[in-house]
Amino acid sequence: MPDATGLELAAQELSEAIPGSILGTEFHRGRAVLLADPPHTHGVLERLRTKGYSFLASLHGVDYYPEEPRLGVLYELLDMQRVDRISVKARVPADAPRIATVTDMWAGANHPEREVFDMFGVEFEGHPDLRRILMPEDYEGHPQRRDFPIGGEPVLFTYNEEQNYGKYQ
Amino acid sequence: MSLTEEYRRRESSITFEAEPAGEGETHELLTLNIGPHHPATHGVLRLLATIEGEVVRDIKPIIGYVHTGIEKTAEDKSYWKVIPVVERMDYVSYYFNAMAFCGAVETLLGIEVPPRAQYLRVLHLELNRIMSHLVWFGTSMLDIGALSVFFWCFRERERVLDLFEYSSGQRMHTRYIQVGGVIEDIPRGFAEKVREFCKEMPTRADQYADLLEKNQIVIERLRDTGTVDEQTLLDLGVTGPLLRAAGNPWDLRKAHPYSSYDHFDFKIPVGTVGDNYDRYRVRHAEIYESVKIIEQALDGLPEGPHITTDRKVALPPRHELATSMEALIHHFKLVTEGFRVPPGEAYYPIESPRGELGCFVRADGSAKPARVHMRDPSFSNLQALVPMVRDGYIADLIASLAMLDPILGGIDR
Amino acid sequence: MEIERQPLSDLRVRQLQARDMLRGDLSDEELERYVEERVLLTTVEKAVAWGRGNSIYPLTFGLACCAIEMMTIVAPRADIARFGFEVLRATPRQADLIILSGRVSIKMAPVIRRLYDQMLEPKWAISMGACCSSMGVFNNYALVPSDKFMPIDVHVPGCPPRPEALLHGILRLRDKIQGHRREGWRERYDAVGTEEVLPQADGDSAAINVYQPGDTAGA
Repeated sequence: MPDATGLELAAQELSEAIPGSILGTEFHRGRAVLLADPPHTHGVLERLRTKGYSFLASLHGVDYYPEEPRLGVLYELLDMQRVDRISVKARVPADAPRIATVTDMWAGANHPEREVFDMFGVEFEGHPDLRRILMPEDYEGHPQRRDFPIGGEPVLFTYNEEQNYGKYQ
Repeated sequence: MSLTEEYRRRESSITFEAEPAGEGETHELLTLNIGPHHPATHGVLRLLATIEGEVVRDIKPIIGYVHTGIEKTAEDKSYWKVIPVVERMDYVSYYFNAMAFCGAVETLLGIEVPPRAQYLRVLHLELNRIMSHLVWFGTSMLDIGALSVFFWCFRERERVLDLFEYSSGQRMHTRYIQVGGVIEDIPRGFAEKVREFCKEMPTRADQYADLLEKNQIVIERLRDTGTVDEQTLLDLGVTGPLLRAAGNPWDLRKAHPYSSYDHFDFKIPVGTVGDNYDRYRVRHAEIYESVKIIEQALDGLPEGPHITTDRKVALPPRHELATSMEALIHHFKLVTEGFRVPPGEAYYPIESPRGELGCFVRADGSAKPARVHMRDPSFSNLQALVPMVRDGYIADLIASLAMLDPILGGIDR
Repeated sequence: MEIERQPLSDLRVRQLQARDMLRGDLSDEELERYVEERVLLTTVEKAVAWGRGNSIYPLTFGLACCAIEMMTIVAPRADIARFGFEVLRATPRQADLIILSGRVSIKMAPVIRRLYDQMLEPKWAISMGACCSSMGVFNNYALVPSDKFMPIDVHVPGCPPRPEALLHGILRLRDKIQGHRREGWRERYDAVGTEEVLPQADGDSAAINVYQPGDTAGA
């Protein structure tokens, strides 16, 4: 991981190159996170990629409910030559969940972005095939949001055995 | 909507690039649906293959048939209880799932894992790696048609499961790796049994190689099929034996050692061409290396506690509960509410038998995680199937799928 | 159908008897007793059920972790081939038994139902593991208990069930096919009266958990 000063330097460099792209940095337990502005995330990732972080290890979403902006998309980047990891976090609000896709830079972002769309509802502009990947195609709702109910069947005891699925006739 | 319209709508996203395949050959493309129930798929994977004659032109994997909402369930349970939930994700390498999660939580908590616990973790992780490769070996050779290898590999697998049962009481999904260490120290006699196993395993692996390596059918089916170059694999986010077969020696155990892997001396098998035969050889060679690691772990097993002594995270030993009031209170708090993790996010990557398995945990200060995401290697590796099977035969598709080693539990989570 | 196995010590005696029978040397009642000992009389249904139960072809159907344990019962140590489950068929048209091994997600449920419908009568289903019998470890939006969409004959609990546990479930299914009425656990352990709803005085209650002596527990 770049240490705290390395992270600040990287953030400064990126802010100078693309003004307004870095909203902040976090450095917690050895993990460096750059908070990026959603419209400029693609540019930030492109510059990091040319700097050496050429491997996209993970692309996933987090729901920061109830803090706004609510939906976060995290990019975990890996530099294989220097064995260095850096993360980029872009937070989008739930009423306008749009962010640019990175499938043009990394082809392997195809399925992870579809998963983030499926589970959180973040739309990736420019994605070749944005459909649900894990849930059935006609499912409504985005399951991994914090306000989506966990669902499930009620636990069967003998007193409520009859009202529930029980015997299939 | 009628059935055909529905069907056309679903396959409208498949590219229909009809290249002429040769003189007098047919140019008509057929969409063949393979799965989700098919004798050759590893788990419930559905493939929409666009084929021209016997040649596969395009493929579209459709997943989600084992989606279990593991990550959503994990948000509902305290950290201790998330471990069995997360273990069932990649169901052949369960120690690795637990290790990734526990590693992430330990990073967030900032606690140290005692050296004995680290060595025990490495021991069990490498046993699990051998077991995962045995399962892969058996089932993939079953797809190719070599039935004896299936029986032999599962016979060895039973021995590994006996060892797991010896140390933790369960054959699969053992909850052995806990936050802060391991759940229990190894019993008496375990080390001898593991040494016996380690003495025999290389001979057995030699037997598998004898059976397969000079077999003309295996060579014809695996050699020069499913070749993908290294840069495509890196763009797709592929790690693990697939990347190593293409020539890139990236292994997190060596590059970024965790849990005292740097104390052990082992090699990384790397392939040259990146075809299916190289993938098979890489995984087969990894079995020998894992045996070496296990022997070194047993030889150098340090004394000490098997779990962290921080009572706020790990349960106190039972005998203390009778004498110490603090131990009783800690036990009570840990069992009812669980330990609280200070707010933060952590991403902990490890090297699972399929590639980089990373666990992202976001903690918000309470006793339940706010987000658990497992970066599963098979999820990214599956995208490599598309370039692998393009312009190959259907039989090569089956062989490539077998050599890819997808575990649908990890893909779908 | 009960088949009595003759003890091996009678082997010499039986050999001499067989030799006498073939020569025609046995007297009338000896011949009658000889025939009685060696001929099975049964009904056609029982004979057919005996045959069916001893040669079930399971469908190769694995979903998740339980599938790995199902593969181990095909493997040498716990071997179902010795019970007649010699071949695992990949096509539902040729299979008798579907073992739902693993968690059934909502995307997979219609597929399984289609497979079950494609199987030919007589067909049986075993729900292996906790996830398909009840919801198992994951009680959430993504799973469906198998009872909701298809009839199941035997539920095997466990997560995953040991191969021996699955074999026990399969053998109970075989007993069910062959018509052996296995007594339910309430009779075996004399556990009547411990239910949450106790039997009413008139013996005619709407609760299905109350068993009168002599009922089987549906096993």
